[in-house]
Amino acid sequence: MSPAQLTKDTRYMLPMYVPLLATALLAVAGYYFAAKRAAASAGGDIRKLAALPSQYGLFTALSVIIPTLAALIIGLSFGGLGGALPQVLLGVAGLGFLVSIYKISPDFRARTHAETWIKVILIAASVIAILTTVGIVFSMLFETRNFFSQYNWRDFFFSTEWSPNFRGNSALGIIPLLWGTLYISLIALTFAVPVGLFAAIYLSEYASRRTRSFAKPAIEILAGIPTIVYGLFALITVGPFLRDYFAQPMGFGDSASSVMTAGLVMGIMLIPFVSSLSDDIINAVPQAMRDGSLGLGATKSETIRQVVIPAALPGIVGAILLAASRAIGETMIVVLGAGAAARMSLNPFEAMTTVTVKIVSQLTGDTDFASPETLVAFALGLTLFVITLGLNVFALYIVRKYREQYE
Amino acid sequence: MTHKSLLVADARTKKRNAAERRFKAYGLTAIVVAILALIMLLVSVFGTGASSFRQTYATVTVPLPEDKLDKSGVRDIDVMKKVTTIGYTKLLNEGFENVVIASGIPTELSRKDIGGMLSKEAAATIRDHILANSELVGTEATLDLLMNGRIDGYFKGRVTMESAALDSNTSPEELALAQALKDAGIVHTKFNWAFLTNPDASDQRPEAAGLGVAILGSLYMMIVVLVTSLPIAVAASIYLEEFAPKNRWTDLIEVNISNLAAVPSIVYGILGLAIFINFLELNQSSPLVGGLVLSLMTLPRIIIPARAALKSVPPSIRDAALGVGASKMQSVFHHVLPLAAPGILTGVIIGLGQALGETAPLLLIGMVAFVREYPAAYTPDAGLFGEASTALPVQVYNWTQRADPGFVERASGAIITLLIFLLVMNAVAIFLRRKFERRW
Amino acid sequence: MKDTNMQNPKISAKNVQVYYGDNHAIKDVNVEIADKTVTAFIGPSGCGKSTFLRCLNRMNDTIDICRVTGEIKIDNEDIYDAKVDPVQLRAKVGMVFQKPNPFPKSIYDNVAYGPKIHGLARNKAELDEIVEKALRKAALWNEAKDRLNSPGTGLSGGQQQRLCIARAIATAPEVLLMDEPCSALDPIATAQVEELIDELRQSYSVVIVTHSMQQAARVSQKTAFFHLGNLVEYDDTTKIFTNPDDPRTESYISGRIG
Repeated sequence: MSPAQLTKDTRYMLPMYVPLLATALLAVAGYYFAAKRAAASAGGDIRKLAALPSQYGLFTALSVIIPTLAALIIGLSFGGLGGALPQVLLGVAGLGFLVSIYKISPDFRARTHAETWIKVILIAASVIAILTTVGIVFSMLFETRNFFSQYNWRDFFFSTEWSPNFRGNSALGIIPLLWGTLYISLIALTFAVPVGLFAAIYLSEYASRRTRSFAKPAIEILAGIPTIVYGLFALITVGPFLRDYFAQPMGFGDSASSVMTAGLVMGIMLIPFVSSLSDDIINAVPQAMRDGSLGLGATKSETIRQVVIPAALPGIVGAILLAASRAIGETMIVVLGAGAAARMSLNPFEAMTTVTVKIVSQLTGDTDFASPETLVAFALGLTLFVITLGLNVFALYIVRKYREQYE
Repeated sequence: MTHKSLLVADARTKKRNAAERRFKAYGLTAIVVAILALIMLLVSVFGTGASSFRQTYATVTVPLPEDKLDKSGVRDIDVMKKVTTIGYTKLLNEGFENVVIASGIPTELSRKDIGGMLSKEAAATIRDHILANSELVGTEATLDLLMNGRIDGYFKGRVTMESAALDSNTSPEELALAQALKDAGIVHTKFNWAFLTNPDASDQRPEAAGLGVAILGSLYMMIVVLVTSLPIAVAASIYLEEFAPKNRWTDLIEVNISNLAAVPSIVYGILGLAIFINFLELNQSSPLVGGLVLSLMTLPRIIIPARAALKSVPPSIRDAALGVGASKMQSVFHHVLPLAAPGILTGVIIGLGQALGETAPLLLIGMVAFVREYPAAYTPDAGLFGEASTALPVQVYNWTQRADPGFVERASGAIITLLIFLLVMNAVAIFLRRKFERRW
Repeated sequence: MKDTNMQNPKISAKNVQVYYGDNHAIKDVNVEIADKTVTAFIGPSGCGKSTFLRCLNRMNDTIDICRVTGEIKIDNEDIYDAKVDPVQLRAKVGMVFQKPNPFPKSIYDNVAYGPKIHGLARNKAELDEIVEKALRKAALWNEAKDRLNSPGTGLSGGQQQRLCIARAIATAPEVLLMDEPCSALDPIATAQVEELIDELRQSYSVVIVTHSMQQAARVSQKTAFFHLGNLVEYDDTTKIFTNPDDPRTESYISGRIG
């Protein structure tokens, strides 16, 4: 443990677990005490109470826990209140206990009030989703501003050179990274979209029940495999295979890590993603539509190509956009399969690199949060977030509109 | 109107039916491609990784002279600890040479080369063994010791006589001797429990590297993820599904959650680095931070199935509860939630599975460090889950970055372990779904 | 049952049985349907009238668990013969469904879909002509001629159903099957469609399934009463509604069962 952390810890008079433990105990004690007191206030006849004794107990327990938790979160986000946080927490818990006990009377609607507390918890839990997004944006925005105060934003967005140098004078242009990202994503989608779409069509329109019961789970297994596994597959199998049988004989270079390696493997990863989304979307097309076409004497494939797919098109486009967002944000496959050289080339058998690879390489190992070489990772992260956010929101909007149409 | 017979297919129909068959063939091809990809992936991983569950050992009798190992003569541990692994290596080399001589196998290798066939880890193994059993000093000890990665690789087919001739770390003579020792029963290959329990090992010792720390770290993180994300996800889905008014505000939360489920995982790593490590100053590389990051990432992925589970409980159940005078809150907690529990649980297990396999965000919060100490769940200094650790998928990444080819086998072996964990979790999820599935 | 053999039936069914898995949905139905006539199938819900209708153009083939035995001949050709391609059959036997189901395409493309896939037009002018003729026959031309390129889903319910009828007749079928074509329509739209059906009788053999006895009486010349998978009675519509032979038919038309 570093000396800095030691001094930080001794600055607190009380270790943090003391107030937390005390709050928990006070809540439990408060539960039984309040229940007893409520029963006593009605002279032992609980029918005279406005709520069950246990509901009085619940109210007191929640009155202790919730304000304390709120104080904890607020306190932590203000840097521990200069070490006074444990005392503050104890105070809040005690106050919650006293006020709730004071309120006990036969007329007090404890259940309604307890339920209000519970609702506060529920709302707080849903707000975490918003807070996460806010956290993501601000954590990156803050450091990105630091980055742009040291490095010209025009050079970042428009320069075609990426060569970080820890002695300063780095060229940190995002264009070559975006090029690699988009090139790999394009290869991945070119492979995954037709395969995934045709697989979904075959499974939902043609496959016998036996084929489906075997093929569908097999494809779902692909979806459950962590991306690090795909990364290793790219590194030890696909990369060397492409190099030995395609790149070298055809004179395209001799690198095992390449855009093609990462793109193909990422394509495999995206197959189940595309197929399960398309499957949902194709199944949402009403059977009446198919019947209408078949009833006119169309073949199955004519029905699919000319009625089902056009009807499902918005949904399918949404699914492809979601897949693209996935491809752009994918990290482990490109870290292990694409290479580290920032290069803008058309040769798919050359190693190139992506935004995510560079985020990893700039933020692992020895990092100095004052240097632009480290801070650039936050600018890259923010760019990545904005691109995927745009794709996701647009895609979700299309898919949602599409679903409503057939509900 | 001309009457065409239905019994004769006209030219156009034939053409259309051919198109139909082609279309169907494309579909079938797509399925075959997908399944072939799966098979190749699994064959590749299992083909390279399965051998990491077996390991080559040599049974060696090591002399333990008191004058070398215990200068105090009274088995004072602190004095005995002064003897480093270098001291033990000499005894080891001597012991192994004796074993070779006793076996009667002729060899021209020097004592140092013979000793070099054992793993560099072997000296540490025997040192730990002696420090734990100091009464053995003055006698001799017979132990199963790790052979080095090249010898091990030879028995697994990774190293050949040809490759050994070009390799400065081994030689064809060593491999020949190892083969002879194996035939004599001195060298043997057995199930490698140490792979699952040992900590990581340094660059030159792939044969000693294990997943102990990584499994422990992953376990701690899963506990953190479960404890934080389950209650929050359930509470959030109850609010959104049962209480939230349908307005812009809840619409925003909804879009937000869908988006968060699709945000690249590495972005969560940046978030964790900025908030948990730089701002809240929690310990780098700790399962606590890793767990919190994965938890934020998993939350939306649990909320979505949890809401679906709540939605699938028919409104009649709520009406029935409200009809006997229960409050809205009581109807939810007494009736709706228990009925939706299996669906929620299935979603949680699948979410945990995704979190277990996630790598990228953990790289950014420093879990990629080389950790040999088993992390404690709690220490007063580091707090709860605060000790540096690593995790299963990160260990895989870590091993792929090592130079020694022995680590490729280890990385694949780690993936097999990871996939088995995932398989078990998904099997549990499927079992739950089958067992409690309800048709309304 | 009275002998209903006719001189030159368009469709003749013999000993037709239909099974859905283990469920015996149609039990030994024999019937002959005349050309240029409207034939109504009536009966309570679940009696098998729709199932039997879907046998006539092999739409039941699209349901995995459905099995049909017996013999159905159209123009003396067994439509369940292995050599018969259901695609060609369905071009000859068109179908209109219970709920209007226009494709999410323009009005023009909806009607042109059938002629296109069957290659009925050699050029755009011919296709235009077929579309216009079909829309005119379906009494939709006047309402639709100025918006041929707007989506078919934008029409009102009754217009959508007439569009579906236009779509079906554009393929130049000889038989038109209608599965409760008015059940999703309001009374005014129903009246328009019924009028249309009467017109269609000039050119086609129309078979209509309906659960409205009034509708059967209004539009059909022949009526078949189905009950629990059996064809109970088949005769002239006037006979069925005034003087049925079978007591079950009597009960149904007087409202005691169904």
